[in-house]
Amino acid sequence: MTPDKLKLANHVTAINWNRIEDEKDVEVWNRLCNNFWLPEKVPLSNDIQSWATLTPDEQLLTMRVFTGLTLLDTLQGTVGAVSLIPDAITPHEEAVYTNIAFMESVHAKSYSSIFSTLCSTKEIDEAFRWSVENVNLQKKAQIIESYYYGDDPLKRKIASTLLESFLFYSGFYLPMYWSSRAKLTNTADLIRLIIRDEAVHGYYIGYKYQKGLETVPEERKEELKAWTFDLLFELYENEVQYTHDLYDSVGLAEDVKKFLHYNANKALMNLGYEAMFPAAVTDVNPAILSALSPNADENHDFFSGSGSSYVIGKAVNTEDDDWDF
Amino acid sequence: MSAVAAEQAVGAPASRYATSRLIYFSSASDNTHRFMEKLGVEAARLPIYTYEDTLLAQEPFVLVLPTYGGETRRGAVPKQVIKFLNVEENRKLIRGVIGAGNTNFGTTYCLAGDIVSEKCHVPHLYRFELMGTSEDVDRVREGLEEFWTRLSQNKNHQ
Repeated sequence: MTPDKLKLANHVTAINWNRIEDEKDVEVWNRLCNNFWLPEKVPLSNDIQSWATLTPDEQLLTMRVFTGLTLLDTLQGTVGAVSLIPDAITPHEEAVYTNIAFMESVHAKSYSSIFSTLCSTKEIDEAFRWSVENVNLQKKAQIIESYYYGDDPLKRKIASTLLESFLFYSGFYLPMYWSSRAKLTNTADLIRLIIRDEAVHGYYIGYKYQKGLETVPEERKEELKAWTFDLLFELYENEVQYTHDLYDSVGLAEDVKKFLHYNANKALMNLGYEAMFPAAVTDVNPAILSALSPNADENHDFFSGSGSSYVIGKAVNTEDDDWDF
Repeated sequence: MSAVAAEQAVGAPASRYATSRLIYFSSASDNTHRFMEKLGVEAARLPIYTYEDTLLAQEPFVLVLPTYGGETRRGAVPKQVIKFLNVEENRKLIRGVIGAGNTNFGTTYCLAGDIVSEKCHVPHLYRFELMGTSEDVDRVREGLEEFWTRLSQNKNHQ
């Protein structure tokens, strides 16, 4: 670790939100503010009975998964999003990173809300101790952290996007799984709010990465692309071990890995690259996909329907008022 | 910047008159634009900024539009798309919608596509995420071919 390399923004001028250089900054700021939430709004205590139906192994797994997610959110809130500020191109981009940093801290705290609602102090302390001792969990945090403290602004954004859009998903799988079995449904509602936020974070940091790429020579573009795939692969190998370590006991590891592939593809797309994993290994369990988004299943694919489903409604005259929204 | 981006659109018309059977909106992030490039079918891109004149469709078309993860219905349809659909002639020619989005947005995944589909009474043909995978590209290419064929057959039967 070389923390001395992490610096603050060199020079700050009063931010003028009436003079915008990149509309995306305003758009994302507004979206993040509209999406703002706090864990206190989610009735987690309604999950107490459901928690009691989990076996001790399932409870242990759930707590470990959540401390793992807490570590990533803490890293992103305390170092990751903040480390992007000195490289920001516009003052409004700096402001968006402060928003992201705070929200990551909200996410990290929300896992503690879940714990205090469902678990004993002793269990909580043990789960946090596990998070410090687990080799694969610590490794993924260390890999990402090394680039946050490093001196390459674009690699920092790549690492940050891969954290936001890929590394969380070995953990996010589990609450979606419980939700698909009508368990811990309020906890799942809270996690869905986190999942929504991370999508905007990954989208925005990936977008800023692509803006940065526009200014570098072709050779450096190629180097960064190869570097992205290398880093993803290094993280992926570690995630596979982490996944087996956690989920083998409940027989879900293979299912989780499909979810990893699916999200690795989305992380690459956020960085402007083509998906890497083929469809044959990204066929996420439909129950998980539907717990994530009820509109994502094949029933919503009109093209794959039989010919008879091609009943086309006639476009009606819509009043202009209808579009005034 | 915006003018340059619009010029680079796949087969973007030089004028406001769009003769393409695909019309799409894509913000500066270019996700939907990349999907359209991969599709390789002639398509017209709506202006990125609302202060620009919108397109005037000349032929029946399918609209491709993204949803950015708003919490509610209000504001889900990009303003540039609203401006385009506020032109009655454009609404008369829309035949279907394809939505882009992110399943991370849960119930609002591709919501803008749902809203346009409901309001214009046309099918929401397909949903894909971000810039779409190669499978998405294949399905949309084949699906659209069949869709236009069936539409013309239905028309002939009437």
